[in-house]
Amino acid sequence: MDAIILQILNGLDKGSAYALIALGLTLIFGTLGVVNFAHGALFMIGAFCAVTLSKILNLSFETIDPTKTDFLGNPLKVKTPYVMEWFGPETGAAIIDWAVPLAILFSIPIMIAVGFIMERGLIKHFYKRAHADQILVTFGLAIVLQEVVKYFFGANPIPTGAPDAFKGSFDFGVLLGYDPNVIIYPYWRMVYFFFAALVIGGVFAFLQFTTFGMVVRAGMADRETVGLLGINIDKRFTIMFGIAAAVAGIAGVMYAPINSPNYHMGMDFLVLSFVVVVVGGMGSLPGAVLAGFLLGILESFASMNQIKSLIPGIDQIIIYVVAIIILLTRPRGLMGRKGVMEE
Amino acid sequence: MLGLNKKDTSLMIVVAILALFAPFILNPFPEGSAMAQFNAGYPDLMQRFVIFGIFAIGFNILFGLTGYLSFGHAAFLGIGSYSVVWMYKLLDYNVIWGLPLAIITSGLFALLIGYVSLRRSGIYFSILTLAFAQMSFNLAYSVLTPITNGETGLQVYTDDAQVLLGANEATSPHLFGIVMNSSAKLDLGPWSFTFNNGYYFCAIILLLVFYLAIRIFRSPFGMMLRAIKSNQTRLNYTGLNPRPYALAAFVISGMYAGLAGGLMAAMDPLAGAERMQWTASGEVVLMTILGGTGTLIGPVLGAGFIKYFENIFSKINDNILHQWFAFLPDGLEDFVVFIIHPFIGKGWHLTLGILFMLVVIFLPGGLVEGGQRIKRALSRKKDADAAKTEPAE
Repeated sequence: MDAIILQILNGLDKGSAYALIALGLTLIFGTLGVVNFAHGALFMIGAFCAVTLSKILNLSFETIDPTKTDFLGNPLKVKTPYVMEWFGPETGAAIIDWAVPLAILFSIPIMIAVGFIMERGLIKHFYKRAHADQILVTFGLAIVLQEVVKYFFGANPIPTGAPDAFKGSFDFGVLLGYDPNVIIYPYWRMVYFFFAALVIGGVFAFLQFTTFGMVVRAGMADRETVGLLGINIDKRFTIMFGIAAAVAGIAGVMYAPINSPNYHMGMDFLVLSFVVVVVGGMGSLPGAVLAGFLLGILESFASMNQIKSLIPGIDQIIIYVVAIIILLTRPRGLMGRKGVMEE
Repeated sequence: MLGLNKKDTSLMIVVAILALFAPFILNPFPEGSAMAQFNAGYPDLMQRFVIFGIFAIGFNILFGLTGYLSFGHAAFLGIGSYSVVWMYKLLDYNVIWGLPLAIITSGLFALLIGYVSLRRSGIYFSILTLAFAQMSFNLAYSVLTPITNGETGLQVYTDDAQVLLGANEATSPHLFGIVMNSSAKLDLGPWSFTFNNGYYFCAIILLLVFYLAIRIFRSPFGMMLRAIKSNQTRLNYTGLNPRPYALAAFVISGMYAGLAGGLMAAMDPLAGAERMQWTASGEVVLMTILGGTGTLIGPVLGAGFIKYFENIFSKINDNILHQWFAFLPDGLEDFVVFIIHPFIGKGWHLTLGILFMLVVIFLPGGLVEGGQRIKRALSRKKDADAAKTEPAE
């Protein structure tokens, strides 16, 4: 039983990442009808926003400390980050420590801008083209984005730490009456899960309870009629694209401490996210979230030793097996809407 | 000729000339000149042109004719390679055993995967094929290690059975004694041309499968496949079941991919799981689109184009750039090199990505459409000239 709880917990953080990316993909697909293969790249750009911010915060100037000498007897050069100079050593250190959460604020405007430029500059011209063309052009864009990031940040993963307050693990088992150290769970992964839940809840609330969201939902259901009512639906859809990009971006920012960002992390997540979207049902937002968590948890279950010894190799293929079974038994995915992508 | 109409015959002849004289055509610059790095006439690269050409022709039979976008064709490439290397291990280095087996096994796998995947269309089909290919890739890396030798890749060891191996038989892939990696060299003045057995073996197979592809394109069966692409619902209403036709196309294109994978192993007796990864499937999609989907010659052009630029761009480095721009003033020279630097060497993927986006945006029909547009523009000019000169007469 404790092993099962542990696996569910382990699946949650990966499931959260899948759910966040799949949510953005579905938002774009549901509003604009575009299959966006560059969405993984947006996730990756988000992670690199965190890297950039922590690099910026660590920018330092050198001073010579006359009281100390280095091992050669020369006066010691001390590097002080500018932030520490401006805000005092303690606040400065705290700001540097909290670089990743701060990067959320930093990344949102960047991601929205990237999303706007992508939509207005490129994807706008592909609404009328075949889905294959959309896939191909966004696939090309993803290659370009990831190569640009590789050029500036190099090919190696860049470790980006979580704040000290969230280092270490939480002994979850004690809460449920198990022995200590049976079910332990890193704090940051817990933060990631709650953060993902918050973002997902925020997006749903935004769509459900605001006038803007209502118009967008109406546009998703019947774009033409909304347009005929004199509402500029294109503009709202562009804004939704920006929001979807921001969701992918902050998912990437928060994921940076879990997995050191590298330039191909977007592609790694993209393939699985597409499987998630299709399993959830193209165009269904709750489906995307449900399938994201479901596949994340299944994946971590399959990596349990007991199951691996039962069916060797299952941990490698479980997601695909589930996807194949679901697609063959439920043509529209778990919660797919009727009439979406059935041609 | 051979059941082809006049236009197809001339196309076939052009392709045959291109393939058979490739060592000359691809080596236009004399050895040792500054332009020699643009030569592509060495065996390894030419083999890759032809093998990926075969792969792309096969993919085009599925994607170009039926419109089903498969993202998992690399799986068949890997299966083909593994089959051939297994024949090396069990029988001997003669490729004649391995290649038919590669075609048969990949055909069987294609039948299985296609039967399941073709129950869905559109993006669902793409994801299903992707899922099958990723499954094969992951399994080849992990559980199937006894068959695939995992990360090391499958290769022939000295203690393998090789029951047919004769006393003084070649110890590298050969066809009845014609060793694949041996070449003849021809020096003509400053030029040097290499004629490689393996290349010609691949080229002849390319011509055969290209001929087969033309026949498929022009047959009633090809017409059915096109009907699936243009309107499947209408096809249903006329009382025809499109699925067997689509499945046949899927199996044929899987066999082409298996043959290409087998040829890879025939040129270099190795098979690795990375050949089955989804990026490899993506590559063949890129080739087909870049060349021109649904055209006969397009996929071959696309494959050659991508493999050529992959090779050239990754070879150029800063020193070469400095040589080229040496005529510029120093500051400007450094600046130009600095601008071009991200696009060459290790950054050739960036160039490829940009190029690919430009093609999809501006030339949806690929290189073939580009060629047609140029031709049309030229002929229109000629017409205009003709119209202009007439009154003067």
